[in-house]
Order: sequence, then structure tokens, then C-alpha cells
Amino acid sequence: MSQISAPARRKHLRENLTGFAFLAPNGIGFLVFGFLPIFASLFLSFASWELITPIKWIGFRNFVGILGFHKDGASVFPNDPYFWKYLLNTFYFMIGIPLGMATSLILALLMNQKIKGINIFRTIYFMPVVSSMIACALLWRWIYHPEVGLLNMFLYLFHIKGPDWLGSMAWAKPSLIVMGIWKGAGYNMLLYLAALQGVPEELYEAARVDGANKWRQFWGITWPLLGPINFLMIIMGVIGGFQSFDVQYVMTGGGPANSTKTMVFYIYEKAFTMFQMGYAAAIAWILAAMIFVFTFLQWKSMGKKVFYV
Amino acid sequence: MSNNTSLSLAQSKKRRFIKETAQKAVVYVLLSVVGVFMLVPFMWMVTTSLKDAGSVFVFSWIPRQFEWRNYVEAWKGGPTGVSFTRFFMNSIFVSSLVTFGQVFTCAFAAFAFARLKFWGRDKLFLAYLGTMMIPGAVTMIPVYILLSSRYLNWVNSYKALIIPGMFGGAFGTFLLRQFFLTIPKDLEDAARIDGCSTFGIFWRIILPLSKPALATLTTFTFMGVWNDFIWPLIVINTMEKKTLPVALASFQGMYSTDWHLLMAASTIVLMPVLIVYLFNQRFFVRGIVLTGLKQ
Repeated sequence: MSQISAPARRKHLRENLTGFAFLAPNGIGFLVFGFLPIFASLFLSFASWELITPIKWIGFRNFVGILGFHKDGASVFPNDPYFWKYLLNTFYFMIGIPLGMATSLILALLMNQKIKGINIFRTIYFMPVVSSMIACALLWRWIYHPEVGLLNMFLYLFHIKGPDWLGSMAWAKPSLIVMGIWKGAGYNMLLYLAALQGVPEELYEAARVDGANKWRQFWGITWPLLGPINFLMIIMGVIGGFQSFDVQYVMTGGGPANSTKTMVFYIYEKAFTMFQMGYAAAIAWILAAMIFVFTFLQWKSMGKKVFYV
Repeated sequence: MSNNTSLSLAQSKKRRFIKETAQKAVVYVLLSVVGVFMLVPFMWMVTTSLKDAGSVFVFSWIPRQFEWRNYVEAWKGGPTGVSFTRFFMNSIFVSSLVTFGQVFTCAFAAFAFARLKFWGRDKLFLAYLGTMMIPGAVTMIPVYILLSSRYLNWVNSYKALIIPGMFGGAFGTFLLRQFFLTIPKDLEDAARIDGCSTFGIFWRIILPLSKPALATLTTFTFMGVWNDFIWPLIVINTMEKKTLPVALASFQGMYSTDWHLLMAASTIVLMPVLIVYLFNQRFFVRGIVLTGLKQ
């Protein structure tokens, strides 16, 4: 090291300084609002803190409180039944991911043909995607209105008395899923369309020469080649699904009887309505851990089977 | 004989034509059914927004009388006394500043990661990538605590909406870095020989060549901030400082049964975005494909 000449060292220093100067405006913000908070919240998850009380280190007590079980007489109960309920709710809402993907794929397949007016359809399908989530949530609350909502008035034409969609335990979750598909189908459709247009035409020609019909062509050529995009959509969908909050907050407020509350809803409640910061941070970290594990497992199980052209 | 084959050829051509037409018809019908499903909610929203309070509950697509007053009333903000002019200004102000800050600082950082050599560069980049995997709920809590501390006391201020978003942004840095890496280095070498500084290379060569990526990042950051809900919900608690989504959400509590006003407010919020979209469709579509496929 000592062999480096003074001018070279000076040049080296200059390079370093230039690099940090370029990085600094972003880097400082990143450090304060992105990087350090990760460690702060990890620390908080092992503490009990209600903002006004002093911070108390309580070890794993938050995690035991969330994930643990206790015995009461002969039966075993979870320490925090809400957590498990909201976790199941969160998973339930993820049914919307494959349903939405199927909808988008069918739309993309229909649109991936040389027919006139495709642009008009694309424009229409994409409108909900660019629309404000909150405005759409309000709009769908009105459509789902039990007595005078559009849906139930429409059903009434066929003498069907529709349920109180958002107010019933059975229908609230499916109703939100349908709204979610309406909102998001156009986005994935675009990605599918781009992927479909990337499939080389020769492959289909070769298949036709071999006498494969449309159905066989789809499962033999199209579907395997959609592997990477499916993989991406599932990963992004699950990561987003774990963090769903806005729609539930606006459309049902988490009701009826907590049946539409999600994990992030719980974190929001604990942190910003009850100010149990430590407990909320612990839930947030459990959420993060689940996202890591799911992403990793999906990567492991599907990554290998994905084809790249 | 030859007459016969040409006849059957014409017949099979005709049959194929019929088959293709039928197929197309089916495709059109299916696409239209979905199109109706996509459009009807919007149409119902606009219809409701133009009805008077009495006929909101009647199943009709054309209002008895077009009540444009609903828009005036909704715009005024009803019982809150804070009008949509304010909410729009808040949203425009916050979204523009955050977008400007983020695109600007991300471009600088991305250039450092893509082109400059400095101590710990790759480790720092790894830290950037790592934070992209952490859900927002994890960092939200400490950042809120930091902003609410008596040293900053930023809760319920524009600073809380703007500053954390302006600086930082791992995704933007990542996106731009990947784009900068695709720009050939020869140009820079030539410029350097001509005596161009590092900043000059960044400002005069890299940035102008990265317009598509910068435009995409600008659009998506702007839309992300414009639609962001949970963060303003947490840090803002007076009507005057609310952005559009949070303001709209608090409307539903106040107008619980005045659906014509709620729908007018929703239309007010949706229209500008839809109009911008309709005039810049190609741009949106290209952006989605660019960011979606490269993630």
C-alpha cells in the first residue's frame, strides 16, 4: 500500500469524494428514512413502548404474545386470536391473485389477434388501473349497497334478492376480491400481451405443420413460454397481497366482525390507534419474515421450471 | 375435373371465411362483455353524481334532471369547509416535490453506482437492494416515531409528507442504474478526452440519453405519491393538509348517505387522472411494460 505514489493516492481520494458526493443527496435520505429504520423497528419489536411510557426491553415477549399459545383447562388457545384471524383473512384475499391472472391471461389471449378496435378495448380495460384506489373503493361500496346498489338492483330484475355484500360475513371477502380483479386485471393483461407478442411466430407455424390444434398450441408453446411472466406476477402479487390495506380500510373498515381485516390493518391499528409501537413492530417483522419465506419458496420451487427464450 | 376442384377450392375458402368471421364475432362479443363490466361502474358513478338526493335510489341510467349543483356542493367540501381546490393543491404540491426530489437524487445516486468507483460501492448497492424487499409497514413505525419526536415535531405538517419521500427511493435508484449500465462507455471516454468533467458526463451525456427511463420513473413516482394512502392517513390529521385520497376517504364518514355527493366527489378525483391517461396512453403502456418486465 505504501508503494502508491502521492498523486495516485490523491486521485484515489478524489474518486472516492466524487462518488460520495453523487450518492449523498439520495444516500442520506436512504439512510435516515430507509435503512436505519429497519434496525430501529427490529429493536422496537423486542420492546414495549406506548410513546408516552418509557421504552422497556422485554425480549421475545411480543413475539410470544403474537405467535404463542396458552393452555386454559383442557384446551389450547392462541395468545392473540386476532393475529391468526387476520393472517387467514390476508391469505383468503390472495385467492384474487390466480383469479385475476386467469382473467388477465384470457383477455390478453383474446386481444392478441389481428382484429380492429383492439386499442379501444385496451383503453377501457386499463382505466381502472390508473384510477385512484380510494375513489374506486367508494364507487364499489355504492355498487354493493344492499338495497339500492347497482348490483342488487340488477339482480332484482331476475327476482333475485342479493345479499348485503359488504355487510355479510360470507360475502364481504369475495366482494372485495371481485373489486380487486376489476381494478387490476388491465395491468397484468398488458404484461401478458407484451409476453405473448414476444413468442416467435415460427413456433406456432411448426406446431401447425405437425397438426397441433389451438388448444395443444397453447399448452405446448404459449403456456411454457409465459413461465417467467407468471412467476413474476405471482411473486409480485403475493408480496402485494401480504400488504393489502387501502381497499379494506375504505370499503368495509375491516368489518363485519373483523372479517376483512388484514395484517397491515392490524399493524395500523396497533401502532396508530393504540400506539403499541413495540407490538406493532413485532407484527411487521413477522409479516416481513413471511414475505421472505414465501418469496424464497416460490423462487426455489418455480425458478427452476421457468423457461427463458 | 379442373372445374370441379376450383369449385371445391372456392367452397373451402368460403367455409374458412365463415369460420374466421364467426371466431372474430365470438372474440368481439367476449371482449365487449368484459368492456361493459369495466365501464359500467364508472358510468354508474357519473349517473349517480348527477341525480338529486331523491332519485339516487331509483334504478335509472339517465337522471331525471341533471343536477350539476352536486359538483359545486361536493367541491366546496360540505361540512368540513375545506374545498377540493385545497386538496388538489396539496396533492399537486406534495406529488411534484417528492417526484422532483426523488428522480433528481436517484439519478445522481444511480450514476454513482453505475459509473463511479468509490469505497464500499457494491456493499452499499446491496444495502439498497436489500431494503427493497422490506415491506413498508416495517419502516413506517420508526419513521413516524422519528417525525413525531419533539426534535422534529413534523407530524401533521407538509414536511412529513414530502421530506421522507424526496430523498431516498431504492427502486428508482435501481431502475436508473440498470438503465445507465446499458449506455455505451465510448461516448464518455471521448468526452473525457475532450476535457469533460464527471458532472459534465452525467449532465450532458447520461441524462439526455436516459430520457425514456427518467420519464417512466417520473410518471410512476408521481402516480405512486398521488395515490399513496396509508402514509398521509397516518401523519396528517387536519383537513387542510390532506391529500386527495385521504380527503376523499374522510368524506365518506361525513356524507354517509349522500351518495350523489360522494359520487360527485369521486368523479372529481378520478376525472383529471383519466383525462391525462386518455391523452398519454401509449406512454403509460410502454412504462408498464418497461418497469414490469425489468423488475
